Amino acid sequence: MIPLSGDIGNAKGIIRENLGTVETRRGTTTLKRGFAHMLKNGVVMDVTTVEQAQIAEDAGAVAVMVLDKLPADVRKAGGVARTASIRIIEEIMDSTTIPVMAKCRIGHVYEAQVLDATGVDMIDESEVLTPADEFHHIWKWDFTTPFVNGARNLGEALRRIEEGAAMIRTKGEPGTGNVAEAVIHIKNVNTELRRIKSVYDAGDEQDLISLARELKVSYGLVEETASLGRLPVVNFAAGGISTPADAAYLMTLGCDGIFVGSGIFKSDDAKERAQAVVLATTFWEDPLKVKEAQKMVDERQSMLGLDTKNLELRMQERGSTA
Amino acid sequence: MTGLNIGVLAVQGDVMENLSATRLAMDDLGVEGVVTEVKSPDQISELDGLVIPGGESTVIGTLSLVNGSLKKIKEKIASGMPVLGTCAGMILLSKKAKDRIVGDMEQPLLDYLDIRIERNAFGRQKDSFEADISLEKIGIPKFRGVFIRAPSVSEAGRDVEILSKIDGKIVAVKQGNIVGTSFHPELTSDLSVHKYFITMAQKGKR
Repeated sequence: MIPLSGDIGNAKGIIRENLGTVETRRGTTTLKRGFAHMLKNGVVMDVTTVEQAQIAEDAGAVAVMVLDKLPADVRKAGGVARTASIRIIEEIMDSTTIPVMAKCRIGHVYEAQVLDATGVDMIDESEVLTPADEFHHIWKWDFTTPFVNGARNLGEALRRIEEGAAMIRTKGEPGTGNVAEAVIHIKNVNTELRRIKSVYDAGDEQDLISLARELKVSYGLVEETASLGRLPVVNFAAGGISTPADAAYLMTLGCDGIFVGSGIFKSDDAKERAQAVVLATTFWEDPLKVKEAQKMVDERQSMLGLDTKNLELRMQERGSTA
Repeated sequence: MTGLNIGVLAVQGDVMENLSATRLAMDDLGVEGVVTEVKSPDQISELDGLVIPGGESTVIGTLSLVNGSLKKIKEKIASGMPVLGTCAGMILLSKKAKDRIVGDMEQPLLDYLDIRIERNAFGRQKDSFEADISLEKIGIPKFRGVFIRAPSVSEAGRDVEILSKIDGKIVAVKQGNIVGTSFHPELTSDLSVHKYFITMAQKGKR
């Protein structure tokens, strides 16, 4: 049984139809959140080509995320970053057996419709692409395909869940090869979860209401989340993960799994690194195994990375006030 | 130890959900014992029953091969240990898997349950569905099936009992001490399938 906190019940994205003589429902919260649960303890890898998707699948990725450019190249190229070419997404869908995800711009309802019609397994409404709506995210309850959203803190995470996100990931600072921001974000979420839980456990309703106002989230969702003591959806780490030890470190902070963006395919030992990050994520509790994984990669081949303090573009701030 | 020692293979996937469903099923039945996450061959060798959860079968298979768990699980099944495989778990137990779009798969399998699997048989995530199904043969007349990128059984050997079908496709099977389902009983609040598995483990122990 999985938590269904925040479920609005009769969402537009739910489709009732018959399979033979049997009545079925698609797009329910159990199916959307359940899909994310199947990814737990796994690694989702950013890919731009069929070849990269194949390397990812062979290395043991639980899913691939198709982009037009890796986040590090988006950062370098500047300009407007949009959803990937549908033809490439379809080629990858036809050649891999693991789930295929793709990104749409924040608030861009029609890029999401196109991805939904393409049949990708999950849509990432992502700050890596240039936001299309400064004030609203997509109302994700209208879709049959599940969504994942980025968050830097508990308020953002719960607001995205309230809009229908079936999975959350930390934003980190994409395309930097630097995990520092992802670490801050996961710790923010954990600290705030402990805070609402302690208020809930103390039975202080008045204080919980003011916390809900502070987080800009409905009281009901805050209360249910506080009673669970964790987010009601699966929560992955993302942004700047480059090495097996990075992945293992984030798992120790209580993440359910890992997204790797530029870290693998911007390195010069992508194949070994892909396998090594998977190993370290699976066996993160065993330092000897993580050491073995770390030994599979060569630090001289890692992407150079950026200091996150002096960036012109901070992708993580996109969509954070909405 | 007198109680049952049940493990949930904790490599990747919805381990926690299976852990809690199994725990609740034992409590409901008043069966004594423990349910733990297992990863290593040593942990697996101690078990009276194993649940292989949902997840990505390619990932669970590849990583269980790496640390020798796959071989140990196979030995234990041969010696009669009951196993419940849900979705990816059923794929891993099978002899041969084929993807609906991509075709034959070279993924590591336990090669024990005499079935051929069609992976993603109902389509992609958007086609994932919930529906009421029936497993009459094991005393469960009605069950809410949660099918997520679900596989189906395209061929079943002589010793395989077909427990449930939907739209002509086989979605639950039993072969001796093995039960496999295309759907995810651990995602619902109905404990019937996990209870059935615990009853099997209890008989095996006696």
